Amino acid sequence: MSGYRLENGGRVDRSRPVEFSFDGHSYQGFAGDTLASALLANGISLFGRSFKYHRPRGIMAAGSEEPNALISVDRGAGRFTPNLRATSVEIHAGLSAFSQNRWPSLKRDFGAINDRLGMFFPAGFYNKTFMWPRSFWEKLYEPAIRKMAGLGDAPTQEDPDIYASTYAHCDLLIVGAGPAGIDAALEAMGSNKRIFLIDEQDELGGGALADPALWPWLERSRKALIDAPNVTILTRTTAFGYYHDNFIGAVQRLTDHMPDNSDSPREKLWRIRAGEVVLAQGAIERPLVFDGNDTPGVMLSSAAKVFANRYGVAVGKSVALMTAHDSGWHDVFALAKAGVVIKAIIDVRTDVSSALLDEANRLGINVHLNHSVTGVNGRHRVTSIQICNNDDYVGARIDCDTLLMAGGWTPSVHLWSHSKGSLAWRDDIGAYVPDQPNENARCVGACSGGWDFGSGVIIDVLPTPKDQSRIKAFVDFQNDVTAKDIKLAVREGFRSIEHIKRYTTNGMATDQGKTSNLNGLQIASTALAKPVTDIGLTSFRPPYTPQTFGAFAGHAKGALFQPTRTTNIDGWAAENGAVFELVAQWRRARYFPKMGEDMHAAVNRECVAVRSSVGIFDASTLGKIEVVGPDAAEFLNRMYTNPWKALEPGRCRYGLLLKEDGFITDDGVSARLAPDRFHLTTTTGGAARVLNMMEDYLQTEWPDLDVWLTSTTEQYAVIALQGPNARKLLEPLVEGIDLSADAFPHMAIREGTICGIPTRLFRVSFTGELGFEINVPTAYGRALWERLMAEGAKFDITPYGTEAMHVLRAEKGFIIVGQDTDGTITPFDAGLDWAVGKKKPDFVGKRSMARPDIVAPGRKQLVGLLTNDPNVVLEEGAQIVADPRQPIPMTMIGHVTSSYWSETLGRSIAFALVAGGHEMMGSTLHIPMPGKTHEAKVSGMVFYDAEGARLHV
Amino acid sequence: MILIHCPYCDEKRPEIEFANAGQAHVARPLDPSSQSDEEWEAYLFIRANPRGRHHERWRHVHGCGRFFNAVRDTVTDKFETTYKAGEPRR
Repeated sequence: MSGYRLENGGRVDRSRPVEFSFDGHSYQGFAGDTLASALLANGISLFGRSFKYHRPRGIMAAGSEEPNALISVDRGAGRFTPNLRATSVEIHAGLSAFSQNRWPSLKRDFGAINDRLGMFFPAGFYNKTFMWPRSFWEKLYEPAIRKMAGLGDAPTQEDPDIYASTYAHCDLLIVGAGPAGIDAALEAMGSNKRIFLIDEQDELGGGALADPALWPWLERSRKALIDAPNVTILTRTTAFGYYHDNFIGAVQRLTDHMPDNSDSPREKLWRIRAGEVVLAQGAIERPLVFDGNDTPGVMLSSAAKVFANRYGVAVGKSVALMTAHDSGWHDVFALAKAGVVIKAIIDVRTDVSSALLDEANRLGINVHLNHSVTGVNGRHRVTSIQICNNDDYVGARIDCDTLLMAGGWTPSVHLWSHSKGSLAWRDDIGAYVPDQPNENARCVGACSGGWDFGSGVIIDVLPTPKDQSRIKAFVDFQNDVTAKDIKLAVREGFRSIEHIKRYTTNGMATDQGKTSNLNGLQIASTALAKPVTDIGLTSFRPPYTPQTFGAFAGHAKGALFQPTRTTNIDGWAAENGAVFELVAQWRRARYFPKMGEDMHAAVNRECVAVRSSVGIFDASTLGKIEVVGPDAAEFLNRMYTNPWKALEPGRCRYGLLLKEDGFITDDGVSARLAPDRFHLTTTTGGAARVLNMMEDYLQTEWPDLDVWLTSTTEQYAVIALQGPNARKLLEPLVEGIDLSADAFPHMAIREGTICGIPTRLFRVSFTGELGFEINVPTAYGRALWERLMAEGAKFDITPYGTEAMHVLRAEKGFIIVGQDTDGTITPFDAGLDWAVGKKKPDFVGKRSMARPDIVAPGRKQLVGLLTNDPNVVLEEGAQIVADPRQPIPMTMIGHVTSSYWSETLGRSIAFALVAGGHEMMGSTLHIPMPGKTHEAKVSGMVFYDAEGARLHV
Repeated sequence: MILIHCPYCDEKRPEIEFANAGQAHVARPLDPSSQSDEEWEAYLFIRANPRGRHHERWRHVHGCGRFFNAVRDTVTDKFETTYKAGEPRR
């Protein structure tokens, strides 16, 4: 034996040495090693520091259940992954791994002082201690605790890797490719079922990988499955969650085991819908609970067998076993045969089978029945152990560098529990096993509680003559929970395991208690003097093992996080320097700054241009719904507050839409094209919501109405031409429509052509100026826009954005639903009672307008606000008070909803929702803002051209 | 992710194609103006919150667009049945 690498054996490729580093030191392993096996082969026993006490920790397990050996891997900028289990990280050339939660170094860790002070850190310590003073928690206690207690560092740079995702469907999904899973696949292979076989490890085999006698079978089976066209094998793939209707989430790790970063996806998220699921997840060996059971060099006996037989690594040069189960004996027999020196077998039981005793005798191993380990010597590595007789506590010391634990087995029922399959307790194995399925699923092999490695006893804490309150016997290794902590929780009155878990944090670490849940249950059971089944079982939740955020985000990040909707004219706006904003998912031009202009200057210029000549605005994002059918007018009459039946074809109407509760939900101008055809518009953000609401009423309340609704939002590009010169610009370009004031009045629609393009031409205005909204098929939008820009040059046509649009509409007292209303505003509150058809017997929301709370006085009502200092522009959202001298906290009677500088008026203007506002015209209100409290007078909402002279021209 | 049977498409489709639309069989009164405040309050706001069988409306919003009714168990999240709007309560 050279170092800790065995002369023979294992599945590593000894012809391919691999250089890697751990904490900056270079080491050599072989292809096929994990970081854990390669470091063990190099004699490394110290892998990390524990979460709370900073105790030195080594390897405990050989698989993904490892609680101690959490490490970080650095693959370069933005490619830093913390909290990986050294037992699951495959080594490759250049791998750069680091230990965690230590400072300044793993061997000399300042935080280890916590271990000496351990008596001051009982269960619930943080909750009990850092209560006072309250203000210290956020600034002092929490940051300090986070620094001291913790896992790896979170990466700080953006992740440059690509993550793929896919859906898959199969008839049979098998999770776990150990012997049971492989058997299930072989059995189903001959059918014409589509089969998925997935396993978290880098090769098929599971437990068989540690059993050389099974390797020929394994190789035959592997070949057969690979050759089967209906079998898909996914290795390095973790089924992390089992969801409704046999939907399984799995992450496949594609590149982390390779030496170089690549452009291909790092991981792939599989969303698999399976006809049937077979769970073959195996079982996890249980640690034993005794003083010092977390010392580096103390590990599970099954793990030692894996390291020897699969990786060709001896976990120590002199090994002792503490066991309560036959399987430990079999493991050390296998180790002895592989060339590992076995110093002693200590079994807590008084009787074990003569076959085991004979084999131990034959191999020359000392056996101590009815004995327990009571202490472990050595800090960074076991140097010796104390054992004693369970009856008379007569003790002895055994020199060894490694102590194996065999505390029995826990079936891995995690995914079964995700699927809401029920569990049954089995006293003989001291564990829960799958009982009734909730999905079309079954468990096979060790995860169903069936195994062939003998029997054992279940024991909560090993007998010891020591004072139980002074020993460190760990239950949850990752969260540093000891047997003492669980007993303390019970003494303090916790009864349910759910509460004990939260108080002690047992099972709440990143390993979700894979090695600790059952020991915790047993200890609580003893302390409460109740059977395990009476104290409950904590829930297993996805993910089975921690997964990366990248895998879940997949491609949905950056520009692909959500779609950005753009209009046909968007490209022109971008080329002409528009500053954009997102409205719902639409990208809209906010303003078009000229050289040197800030937003304020640009918006002022754009507003003045509209009022003095003509402005052009991309209104394509307006929601549009085509309402067609003999009952179209009747339908709209029932939906909107306004009367629609008398609206003549060719005319438009402002429509106000309420929800059934009487509150405004949307508005927009709509046109009647024909007796049975309407062109509706909605707010930009409300289009989908309004269509859904209309479909709901049409399909479920009034299915007798013969009406069809079609979303046409994206069918039309809409260009608003607004300003006194709008008609002059338009007239020469339009055919088939008489644009004169008499023939085409305000709030009318005509169909014809513009520049040869078919158009629905609206004469409408959201600015208070003479205005038109030109609807053309979307593809013509930009071409028409550019033509209007060219033809409009003689009028100094000015493109304006949403910001100027907001100012112009506010000058005219037009509201924006969602800005000036908040879902609790009625038409009356908004001053829109003129839009409510008083004679209509019914419409959506009508009955609610008579609800007691809605007719009660003191409702918030929308009013205009004019600041006493015309240069002060109030903050939107600023609160309003009646008396600024009242004591703080003041009674707030409303808030500012819209507020702008109006260049046209040479002063600021605002809207506000104020309790009883309609009754306050002319009175002064106070708006406290940073630095100063401003005064403003309540006014009407129309600040400009109240008589509408500019509109009707 | 649950599979939901759309009674119009007559297919089981993943739940991301659907949107829940609240309790089923809450019919809008034919003449709301004749409703007392209490009756109208009950229609607008008062909804069942059963543990177990629950009648719900769903819309196959990213499919055929139709609203339909369903019986779902609020404990197990399993759909017992789905049926077309207008059909009697199951």
